[in-house]
Amino acid sequence: MVISVASGKGGTGKTLVATSLALALPEKVKLLDCDVEEPNAHIFLKPTFTSREPVYIPVPKVDEAKCTHCGKCAEVCAYNAIAVLPNKVLLFPELCHGCGACSYLCPEKAISEVGREIGTVERGHAGEVELVQGKLTVGEALAVPITRKVKEHLSCDRINIIDVPPGTSCPVVEAIEGSDFCLLVTEPTPFGLSDLALAVGVARKLKIPCGVVINRADVGDSGVEEYCLREKIPILLRIPLDTNIAHLYSEGIPLVEGIPSWQEKFLNLFREVENALNTGEEI
Amino acid sequence: MRELVVLSGKGGTGKTSLVGSFAVLAGNKVLADADVDAPDLHLLLQPQVKQEEEFWSGQLAFIDEDKCTQCGLCEELCRFKAIKDYRVDEFSCEGCGFCSQICPVEAIQMRERMAGHWYISETRYGPLVHARLGIAQENSGKLVALVRSKAKALAEESHSDYIITDGPPGIGCPVISSLTGAGLALLVTEPTLSGMHDLSRILGVCQHFGVPALVCINKYDLNKENAGRIEAYCEDMEAKVIGRIPFDNVVTEALAHGAPVVEYAEGRVAREIESLWQEIQRGL
Repeated sequence: MVISVASGKGGTGKTLVATSLALALPEKVKLLDCDVEEPNAHIFLKPTFTSREPVYIPVPKVDEAKCTHCGKCAEVCAYNAIAVLPNKVLLFPELCHGCGACSYLCPEKAISEVGREIGTVERGHAGEVELVQGKLTVGEALAVPITRKVKEHLSCDRINIIDVPPGTSCPVVEAIEGSDFCLLVTEPTPFGLSDLALAVGVARKLKIPCGVVINRADVGDSGVEEYCLREKIPILLRIPLDTNIAHLYSEGIPLVEGIPSWQEKFLNLFREVENALNTGEEI
Repeated sequence: MRELVVLSGKGGTGKTSLVGSFAVLAGNKVLADADVDAPDLHLLLQPQVKQEEEFWSGQLAFIDEDKCTQCGLCEELCRFKAIKDYRVDEFSCEGCGFCSQICPVEAIQMRERMAGHWYISETRYGPLVHARLGIAQENSGKLVALVRSKAKALAEESHSDYIITDGPPGIGCPVISSLTGAGLALLVTEPTLSGMHDLSRILGVCQHFGVPALVCINKYDLNKENAGRIEAYCEDMEAKVIGRIPFDNVVTEALAHGAPVVEYAEGRVAREIESLWQEIQRGL
């Protein structure tokens, strides 16, 4: 089973929910941190990392001895990552998406590909939880290839929990796609509501059933509750605004460890997700 | 004319609430919302849209079933696994056009994507350029660049003193697009381990692209020890901490009323944001 934890808006508590859910379950769980721009699950899980593999994207390398400067490579590159001058080829590897068109289509076979490191995938364990985290190198732009690498570690015989980045564009879609259920974490404010509606839009476009977790409930307004009622989206958990919870979060202590009574609530959250999937309600 | 971009790495630290207040405090300026994925600044500024345009960007492969001989070459060569059973998965297609180049029977066409909208609006506080990327679309970086260029053109036309840009969370493509060439970055953080971790990464991005950065610690009194650690870290990194905003429910209340906090209520939060804006003006 794959449960993704997403939100649209940043800072609503995705990582809090993902880590506490992972720790609350009695079985072995895999947590995949796909917020590769700002991976934070490790702060809460404090895993022992056992492996670290670089993520490369293939970028072109031109053999000037074979190149006739015909310009075909620049013509086929959709990302303007190659410019061909009368006697020189200029490469802009930071613009390259690694599609491979230039090397395949070069009539002189003058282009080979070399790996350019843009980030890493690290694996580790914290008790029964296995953590796989992607990490984009500072200064790099392309998050999606790293997310793709992290998702290669999904296990079909386990419960997989995916920590999704904020937003609604390509890195979010890459992280959520293929999930069985999407937990959307929000807060009861106009910002939370606006971004929740966008996140629901993503889940529906991908045809993934979803449910809502309201964090810092009982402040703000009733807009989120009314929206969920109207859209028939179940509210599966409410986490109150509480200085004790906020303090645990600030120290990187998982909620279910800091206040063990939350263990039961997160276990219930999981049962609710299971029920929703079994009854096939709500998409 | 100088451009301030407000970033944070971690989401939800208070970027938009601050930009909303700067909109009230700053004189002659143009506002820009560069969080095109999940824009929220309009909820505080209640803009009147003056101009709405479609954002066409990037390409999507389209297979003509009548021409396709199902040879499978496109599926074999696509690096993004975007072709399955002779159909294109619009979410995976990165628009590189490789498939259309190699299809032996020319059955694949590349078509432009309508990837969102952008707007020029009027608000009580001055003009706002904002946008909305279509749900699950690509090229947010290009839309951010477009928003910034429109804001710049408006600012030049109206001889504005500032452009104030509300940036997206993260450190990747749209963040880089909102940062490069800006005059100053304000990094909003919070005294949590996650906030500190993410501050170090966004500060690295600012340094990588040569944009000077100042730091504001929001809700600093939620964990004063961590706030102290952030101050020490920033001193080491030569990034000046110019704001320490206390935690106060008034920020959420203001938000629920759809108003910038400095306009909604006087008090310690408003005073701290006012002094923060003074410091930023000095920085610019």
